[in-house]
Amino acid sequence: MSEYVDQTAPGGSVGLVEKKFFTFAAPPHPLTVESGLSIGPVTLAYETYGALSPRKDNAVLVLHALTGDSHAAGYYDASDPKPGWWDSMIGPGKGIDTGAVFVICANVLGGCMGSTGPGSINPATGAPYGLEFPVVTIGDMVAAQKALVDHLGITRLLAVVGGSMGGMQVLEWSVRYPDMVRGAVSLASTTKHSALAIAFNEVARQAIMADPNWRGGDYYAHPEKPDTGLAVARMIGHITYLSDEAMRAKFDRRLQDRCDISFNFEADFQVESYLRHQGKKFVDRFDANSFLYVTKAADYFNLENAHGGGSAVSAFAKARCAYLVVSFTSDWLYPTYQSKAMVQAMKKNGLDVSFVEIKADWGHDAFLLRNPRLSAIIERFLDRMRQTARAETPDTPDTGEAKAGG
Amino acid sequence: MRYDLQIIASWIEPGAKVLDLGCGAGDLLSHLIREKGIRGSGIEIDEAKVAEGLTRGLSMVHGDINEEVRDYPDQAFDDVILSQTLQQVYDPARLIREMLRVGKRGIVSFPNFAHYGVRAQLFFKGKAPVSRELPYQWYDTPNIRVIALKDFRRFCKASGFAILHETAIRTPHHQETGRVATLFPNLLATYGIFRLGRATPPPP
Repeated sequence: MSEYVDQTAPGGSVGLVEKKFFTFAAPPHPLTVESGLSIGPVTLAYETYGALSPRKDNAVLVLHALTGDSHAAGYYDASDPKPGWWDSMIGPGKGIDTGAVFVICANVLGGCMGSTGPGSINPATGAPYGLEFPVVTIGDMVAAQKALVDHLGITRLLAVVGGSMGGMQVLEWSVRYPDMVRGAVSLASTTKHSALAIAFNEVARQAIMADPNWRGGDYYAHPEKPDTGLAVARMIGHITYLSDEAMRAKFDRRLQDRCDISFNFEADFQVESYLRHQGKKFVDRFDANSFLYVTKAADYFNLENAHGGGSAVSAFAKARCAYLVVSFTSDWLYPTYQSKAMVQAMKKNGLDVSFVEIKADWGHDAFLLRNPRLSAIIERFLDRMRQTARAETPDTPDTGEAKAGG
Repeated sequence: MRYDLQIIASWIEPGAKVLDLGCGAGDLLSHLIREKGIRGSGIEIDEAKVAEGLTRGLSMVHGDINEEVRDYPDQAFDDVILSQTLQQVYDPARLIREMLRVGKRGIVSFPNFAHYGVRAQLFFKGKAPVSRELPYQWYDTPNIRVIALKDFRRFCKASGFAILHETAIRTPHHQETGRVATLFPNLLATYGIFRLGRATPPPP
């Protein structure tokens, strides 16, 4: 995901928030991941915004994209220059209205923002896992999130919502734990990576592994980190998040701080300078090994194979939720045909599915940008989920409304 | 709501499962949900209208009706509606067959090209007719077909669609009240609305 979080959006802020931690799967009951290996204890960093209703039926699980984290909305500190990554969507009166719903956002297993990942200490050795960390899948990430949701005492989520790799987790949630999901919102996502998406991830991984400071993944004790490789990996990612139109509009062939080309290998063009800046900024907050693990998890994701014996229709036969699928016209990383294919499989199962391809010039990253149309659509979808939730259990009053009705 | 949509709504059973093809922003669906407690979905090609429908809390799919209707399982709906769109459909027989596959019944409405006003323009003025119901010039019209009520009945017979119900209305497009044309409908009706079912196969 990209760096667009400094925009202001109508509606309020969730204000100051706090990162929390949930630890589970301590030995002798470790988490067995899909590869067959075990890991434990596992910690997930997470945040919550809004209030959980007494019936615990208003929880919305927000799932972040590749390099996101638990900090989806609000500020840690009054001096924070930027709020969480989806502050434009989450808050009082916003698309995911914290006045009505309780939002949970957890950092993924394998990540590096407080959740257990390759940079965490392996209790067996007392040193960081490095490549000893088992390769995890989107399914493993979701299994870990399930443990957190159970821990919070929530038996059914009002909705799971996410874009890009977060959307993959949404789809996985909906077929892996169908009884726990009422609504599922997949934005700019796919049931499986195309060769194009895998190819970009592979180039990004090779950039990291080719950095001499990577040292086979065992760099944590060394002052030099594989920063160059990680920065290049991030630059590649950034190209895929934009689009031809977006880059033309934003940079075209404009030069950076100069009147003429340099005839050397400095950053002549604005686009070069932008990518270098994004790469540099990224190494301060992300771990190179985590990048390898999360990109691999995204590449391995194949909902059809994992849940439908190769058939998307069979995979979605397990689902019980209502779906909202959104794609964006200029997204060439997860193009609309991939969203349409999942919608087709959902329809074939007679599921309640809504789909819209939103016209957006900003490529894959469009789902992160402030978009009043997208906010309104998500808001109404969540409203509808709340209505069906209320209709199913009308006899247990939740708030003062019930009294007024009598 | 438009008079033709009111007639269509009167044909829908309470609680039915309804698919509206080319549903626009979902006026008919909203009405049916409110008044008849139906469970409805719509298909619409215009993004802004889909977004408007979704922000009204409707379930809608953005896409081409000819393609999108194919994905639903057999008999997934009680009624499938094609309102004021037939004249724009490339292969009407195939679309209606699909409607009657995914739904128990189909409801089709279209402007009547045999209306006397249309006939008069062609006869007296000698030009391609432009009316309130068919407001386009020949060079900018989305309507690729001209249909008379009589043609449609013949088409249904030839294609094996049973006409369960038929109403011809004498009402300008956006009016909320209207009249039913009982006498000489093919001459007097502005719109025809047909409720279709699959023709029962002949006994073996």
